[in-house]
Amino acid sequence: PQGRLLCGPGLRRSGAGLLVTKCGLLRHRPGGGGAYWVDSQQKRYVPVKGDHVIGIVTAKAGDVFRLDVGGSEPASLSYLAFEGATKRNRPNVQVGDLIYGQFVVANKDMEPEMVCIDSSGKSSGMGIIGQDGFLFKVSLGLIRKLLAPKCEIIQELSQLYPFELVLGMNGRIWVKAKTIQQTLIIVNILEACEYMTAEQRRQALAKLSGT
Amino acid sequence: FMQRGLDSQTKKQLEEEEKKIISEEHWYLDVPDLKEKESCIIEERSFLRCEDLVYGRMSFKGFNPEIEKLMIRMNSKCKEEEIEEDDKMEADVSDEEMARRYETLVGTIGKKFLRKRDQRVLKDDDEDDEVEEGNSNTKPSKRAKKMFLKPQD
Repeated sequence: PQGRLLCGPGLRRSGAGLLVTKCGLLRHRPGGGGAYWVDSQQKRYVPVKGDHVIGIVTAKAGDVFRLDVGGSEPASLSYLAFEGATKRNRPNVQVGDLIYGQFVVANKDMEPEMVCIDSSGKSSGMGIIGQDGFLFKVSLGLIRKLLAPKCEIIQELSQLYPFELVLGMNGRIWVKAKTIQQTLIIVNILEACEYMTAEQRRQALAKLSGT
Repeated sequence: FMQRGLDSQTKKQLEEEEKKIISEEHWYLDVPDLKEKESCIIEERSFLRCEDLVYGRMSFKGFNPEIEKLMIRMNSKCKEEEIEEDDKMEADVSDEEMARRYETLVGTIGKKFLRKRDQRVLKDDDEDDEVEEGNSNTKPSKRAKKMFLKPQD
């Protein structure tokens, strides 16, 4: 067979076959050479290269920031990894800021490293997340559900009020709306979405849009 | 005569002998080469490559216009085929308007570079014919240009 098979998270190659390392549902994608992976549920994030995550700046150590991404180690982020940053033009990052970036190095042997620019040198939405807003944590499965191409939850929420949303693959979500009340409503819906069925969700949203 | 050539030849021989000695000293496996199996399986630890996930930053109802533009750009990378078809329709100026503008543009810029006599001719022409484009106006003015007349003997 010409096409290479992609074996995703939860599967490992051993000899000529595959071993399953996580419990969950086996998913298959027929396009692009075929891919199999195990759709598992967990709350603890393990840094993976290429993932976009939200990190909290915990310390500034010379030229490098330490970010907490919810993994076993704090990730490092160099001050040059922002768009348009030079040695003289440093980004204005303080301790306690939220940063949306992607992992460039993430394996079990090394400390994870993050950057806020992509391969062409543009920031494309990454970098410091602005003031206000609310950060909270959900399980990783919900994040993947929300990031699916046509997510009903997101579509229904977008009908309610104007708001801004940043989803990190490490389970962190940041929400900002015009008033604090609206922000908290969106936060509660997203947190409860995990255990509500579609019917209950629609009822809750109908109540909100009615009031 | 032929001494330099001899030297180079002897040098070559010496080099060859050296190489033989060195290669004999090299250890090599007597086992036949194992064919490296082409791994048909790629291991991947991120969900991004497996599922078709949308970009993580979103904004709704115009809360943050920059992020909304970013959303369109990021999500359109997945649907590049549709955009290629729509390219023809997306031009800001239609082809007809473009042609009209271009015609008048050539006339106005052309007038700028005419000499004074030709400009006067143009003005007269303009008063007579209002509709004619710049191209047709320059033609009579060019004809009116006086060529060098060779003096008759």
